[in-house]
Amino acid sequence: MGRTRTVGLPGWLYVPALVGAVFVLLPLVAIITKVDWANFGTLITSESSKDALLLSLRTSAATTVLCVLLGVPMALVLARTTFPGQNVLRSLVLLPLVLPPVVGGLALLYTFGRKGLLGHALEVMDIRIAFSTMAVVLAQTFVALPFLVVSLEGALRTAGQRYEVVAAGLGAGPTTVFRRVTLPLVLPGLLAGMVLSFARALGEFGATITFAGSLQGVTRTLPLEIYLQREVDPDAAVALALLLVVVAVVVIALARPDRREP
Amino acid sequence: MSLELGARVAERDVDASFEINTGQTVALLGENGAGKSTLLAVAAGLLRPERGRVVLDGQPLLDTDNGVDLPPHRRGVALLSQDPLLFPHLTVLDNVAFGPRSRGVPRRDAQQQAEHWLSQVGALDLAGRKPGGLSGGQAQRVAIARALAADPRLLLLDEPMASLDVEVTPALRQTLRGVLADRTAVIVTHDVLDALLLADRVVVLENGRIVEDGDTRVVLTRPRSRFAARLAGVNLLAGTWTGDHVELDDGGVLFGMAAEPLPQPGDRVVATFKPHAVAVYRDLPQGSPRNSFGVRIDELEPLGDLIRLRTEQLSADVTLQAVADLDLTPGTWAAFSVKATEIDVYRLA
Repeated sequence: MGRTRTVGLPGWLYVPALVGAVFVLLPLVAIITKVDWANFGTLITSESSKDALLLSLRTSAATTVLCVLLGVPMALVLARTTFPGQNVLRSLVLLPLVLPPVVGGLALLYTFGRKGLLGHALEVMDIRIAFSTMAVVLAQTFVALPFLVVSLEGALRTAGQRYEVVAAGLGAGPTTVFRRVTLPLVLPGLLAGMVLSFARALGEFGATITFAGSLQGVTRTLPLEIYLQREVDPDAAVALALLLVVVAVVVIALARPDRREP
Repeated sequence: MSLELGARVAERDVDASFEINTGQTVALLGENGAGKSTLLAVAAGLLRPERGRVVLDGQPLLDTDNGVDLPPHRRGVALLSQDPLLFPHLTVLDNVAFGPRSRGVPRRDAQQQAEHWLSQVGALDLAGRKPGGLSGGQAQRVAIARALAADPRLLLLDEPMASLDVEVTPALRQTLRGVLADRTAVIVTHDVLDALLLADRVVVLENGRIVEDGDTRVVLTRPRSRFAARLAGVNLLAGTWTGDHVELDDGGVLFGMAAEPLPQPGDRVVATFKPHAVAVYRDLPQGSPRNSFGVRIDELEPLGDLIRLRTEQLSADVTLQAVADLDLTPGTWAAFSVKATEIDVYRLA
């Protein structure tokens, strides 16, 4: 059995690469060394911990669904059409990627809060969003949506329109083409985008605490719980942190794109 | 019942129109960039020209003057390109059933139709496979079956065999010959055999304009355009008839045999002669032999047991011995000479 050989990679390059890898992995090791294994079970099964974990999973799942419902059409419009101001719009849609989440939370508060832009209209309809579980989902969607849009738009551009053109020539209308050709072809990209959105939602802190507050079982997600426990019970914080790491690793492992496919 | 196709696309300098009778297959010939694919794209609805008219069986698909422009999926026009583009996530059977399914045919019936078309192109045994594992020839067969299963009123083929191995083209050409027999179709090709075996009629494009249009055999035996001449493997020179000889466009005179219908003095004409009618010398022959040209050899190309010498405009077939005796290599100057009795002169329509 022969092995292919990497050509042209300078030897010194391995040193910073290794440093980088250690930089990422060492803190994970550090956290594991701090875990109080004897009480680990009790720490992560306390009432507040269970509430936080379940809330995090529920809201992150809801966020992912919302991201798909809004993000798939957005990615299609951005990738498949041209209109004036499209590039500006694309940049603005991606803004939450670089915006500090706290700022996002404030912005949401001034949109959906009681005194916000839509506050009066929502009040009339007797809908209160701020400081509810709904607010958590909105805050997470605000920061996670660009991840889905970016990765799906990339997949759509890579896939190109050649198959869609063929399908139309065979008599398939736009909806049939979307359902039977476009979507199956970009499915790996869509799944990757969903995983990224879910992971981003799971880790969301700043926008959530600003827009939704920290109410146990209602808006206090796992990151918020960890931050709170850090002051009162550092052992619980570390145990929950490890839990979050494990959940994140599982999510990424489940949906790791298969590198062997073209 | 017919196809009427006309388009003007300024950006690509294309301005051409032609008609096809129902059931007729037309070969669209021309150099790369002559506008062949542009015309197909207009017919398929993938390109909107500044002005254009596409009428299929009396139904306008595109009429820029009256604001008609049907989307591709409502045209009943299937386009088959050199890349089979089978949907990679569907089996061969589901690929072929795609057209019927899109028309609303129930799944089982669509699959039966797919099986029928797969057997028509000799690919029924591939039904359960995914496109990824097929050879180029197999994939193109399936693509043909898929296009036919969509029951198109017009079939467009853009060099369907250009990317295939030479070994598989004859069999596929035979298949196409069978399926195109009674279909309204346009095939873009560079291959004289495709034109001869698949098409009833030939339309030649040059720089976006139609320069020749006629029965395949007539065009290939009496070409009036440089492209058709090269395709048919004959030399062609254009000029003006004086009543006795041809004044060539790029200078010089040529004596030949005027063919029916006889040209009148002042008529535009083309003179054609076969490469093996050309005698080759190292220097221009002494005396005043008619029809001699000083030429620079560009290329030597083996052709069976002969060598074809190519110059900028002309070709000559000579023996290997002659090439050695005359010491001909690319770049050498030589003299081509043709007897007047070997030259046919046609009036341009």
